Amino acid sequence: MDGHTHQHTSDRRELQMARSMCWHCQSEVSGEYFCDRCVKVQPVSKELDYFTCFGIPRRLALDQQQLETKFYELSRAFHPDFYQNKSDAEQTISLGNSAMLNTAYRTLRDPIQRAEYLLDLEAGSVKEIRTTPPADLFEEILELQDTLDEFRASDRTSDAAAALRSQLQSERTALEGRQRDMETQLQQLFGRWDALQDRGEATDQARTERDRILKDMRDILSNRTYVKNIVNDLVATIA
Amino acid sequence: MARIVGIDLGTTNSLVAYMDKGTPRVIAGRHERAMVPSVVALTDNGLIVGDPAKEHLTRNPERTVYSVKRFMGKDLADVQNELAYFPYTLTEKGGVIRIKLGEKTYSPPQISAMILKELKLRAEAFLGESITKAVITVPAYFNDSQRQATKDAGMIAGLEVLRIINEPTAASLAYGLQEKTQGTIAVYDLGGGTFDISILKLKNGIFEVLATNGDTHLGGDDIDRIIADLFLGEIQKQFGLDLNAHPDHMQGIRLEAERAKIRLSDELKTTVNLELPDGKGLFTRELTREQLESLCNALVERTLGPCRLALNDAGLTAADIDEVVLVGGSTRMPLVRQRVQDLFGTQPHCELNPDEVVALGAAVQADILSGGTTDMLLLDVTPLSLGIETMGGVMSSLIRRNTTIPASAKEMFTTYVDGQTGVDIHILQGERELAKDNRSLARFRLKVPPLPAGVPRIEVTFLIDANGILNVMAKDMRTGETQSIEVKPSYGLSDQEVERMIEDSFKFAADDVGARKLIEARLDAGALIITTEKSLTDGGQLISADEVTAIRQVLSVLAAAKDGNDPRTIRARMADLEQAAKSLTVAMLNDSLKRGLQGKKVSEVT
Repeated sequence: MDGHTHQHTSDRRELQMARSMCWHCQSEVSGEYFCDRCVKVQPVSKELDYFTCFGIPRRLALDQQQLETKFYELSRAFHPDFYQNKSDAEQTISLGNSAMLNTAYRTLRDPIQRAEYLLDLEAGSVKEIRTTPPADLFEEILELQDTLDEFRASDRTSDAAAALRSQLQSERTALEGRQRDMETQLQQLFGRWDALQDRGEATDQARTERDRILKDMRDILSNRTYVKNIVNDLVATIA
Repeated sequence: MARIVGIDLGTTNSLVAYMDKGTPRVIAGRHERAMVPSVVALTDNGLIVGDPAKEHLTRNPERTVYSVKRFMGKDLADVQNELAYFPYTLTEKGGVIRIKLGEKTYSPPQISAMILKELKLRAEAFLGESITKAVITVPAYFNDSQRQATKDAGMIAGLEVLRIINEPTAASLAYGLQEKTQGTIAVYDLGGGTFDISILKLKNGIFEVLATNGDTHLGGDDIDRIIADLFLGEIQKQFGLDLNAHPDHMQGIRLEAERAKIRLSDELKTTVNLELPDGKGLFTRELTREQLESLCNALVERTLGPCRLALNDAGLTAADIDEVVLVGGSTRMPLVRQRVQDLFGTQPHCELNPDEVVALGAAVQADILSGGTTDMLLLDVTPLSLGIETMGGVMSSLIRRNTTIPASAKEMFTTYVDGQTGVDIHILQGERELAKDNRSLARFRLKVPPLPAGVPRIEVTFLIDANGILNVMAKDMRTGETQSIEVKPSYGLSDQEVERMIEDSFKFAADDVGARKLIEARLDAGALIITTEKSLTDGGQLISADEVTAIRQVLSVLAAAKDGNDPRTIRARMADLEQAAKSLTVAMLNDSLKRGLQGKKVSEVT
């Protein structure tokens, strides 16, 4: 289709929830999601990041239980089921807030998506989509592509195909191991990020450390996605 | 707020339920039967629905529609391979299936609307009030077109459909209400024509669906068909008789196959007797449960794949499932129960009637929407991925399957050519790589101001609401203007067509004035009986005992007339009752007037 581009919102989200007037009674909204004066639900600001929305610090380790509890609590506050008897305006807000909340929960719940989201927030980056293999895997992946092509063209019942299949199986095991290694590295980076944030230093050294962590995180995340897609393709082919 | 009823619009049977002081109850019709067969027949006296229509399956097969749910939101090409099984005639107009009944053709939503109307009337007669709002259930694996078609059916029947909810999740609400369960549950729902599996997490009143899967063309109907095919082959062999030339007997075989299947859930063997046409005598055969199970084993096996996929999507294994709930009449089969138990390693629950549990759950959801129940909340998911067609005919996914709804995704569009004024967008639903292998939901043209290529920036929001139905909005990022998008559904009725069908449905009512009058008379009589009984309770002490007895006498005469078939007699007996109860009405009026005056000054009265 023409004219279609993939573009992810890259505008920096502000930490603080934008304080504004209640759409209904025009008083200043001081409650979290509901106007204190007229008790009408307020649209969640587009500037509000998911961490703030859930009332948790911007860290990569988080308490899943606490996240879920907050998700259920906010679902009870926003879900359209509880706005059936309300005005059209309130129903629209309820729908928008619920959709946003569901996206936020889905993003934060998964450690990889959470890290990608944090990168987007901190570095304002468009998610990098790798189209060529990472340098240290270059040879290996090119070879694998050849083997895959050979397997696709082969007679599946032949001995040659059986040999190729077992070769691909061991490739798969190796790549999955590689993927796990990357995840371990990511875990370490996540820990370093959280520790750095906890220290809260404003030194040049801290800033350098911060940029390095984010850069490393971005590289490993995109490599991991690349390897994961290769594995998926491999699994689908030999299935 | 007006009462909202819950409706299970099933492939074979439909039910209506309501919330009675915190307990959901199905509404039974005459003979205490809660199920209305989802059958519509055209007779010499007009269209009839339910039990009387079911009798026409064998008498009048070409003019009797059953299993219409299989055709909801479909076009003819989708159902090509099963057309031969249906004795009635299907055609197509503008991408929508039409079913021929006599001189006229009807869309599947119109036929479904007739069933819904029957349920609406039943609820009105029972509750003694007008019903205009409903929650209607659909299989969890229904796509957008099928959901939309169900909503259309409701509108045509004069019902505002406040929510479309998924059948397995409805069932979980009914169970949850009863058992106050916590933990991870699997709902296995094998109905007349569809199969669903849903995995839910229940915690503190929140019913969070983790994953769902299914097959919208797999159910008890298919089992009946396999049994019937076996009999047909044997009859062909033994008697040299091809029953395909006898649609009435084909239906007879199908119904007998269904009855035999049902008997074999309790018995180990059963005898089938079929009267053959052309004086060929009787076909008799013994069928054992073992034989039945070997016949439908592959079919039951087909339900297990979706179960594994759902578990996988939920990130769970069978061992993580605490409880399994069975829904749908087909889960009465011992083979089904055994397979489900083998897969999940736990004995499935079936305390609630599997035929009624979905309607009960719909009534619970209706109560949630009307503000009655506030401690329960259902968080459901969209069963299929939603995306758009991108270059090379590939589907680009925007909202993945099993995403909690409401869900939204935004996508930015621009132009490739200077002065381009439109961008075509093709919306798809499904899990396949290529656009052509997925379900086409809609195509629309996004209007773009004529500007150099790449300058326009139109943000399109795709929003799946709590019904699982798609809404599309566009916003010009340069001007901030929003654009309303008219989405022409690829399959299904346009708004104008639905409007016309609503009008037609009133005409259909006019065609059938006699039946209508009878129904209305019964309805009014029911309401009068209820109010008179209430008056007797509240004000009986204001009149003499003899007068009370006299009123009761006339009331019972009306109650008897109400079950008759003559609207004029019913109206006449209603007039009798009104006359007889006059003294009571007057006495009550005086009494309330007297009490109203107490404590007031004369000046205020005059």
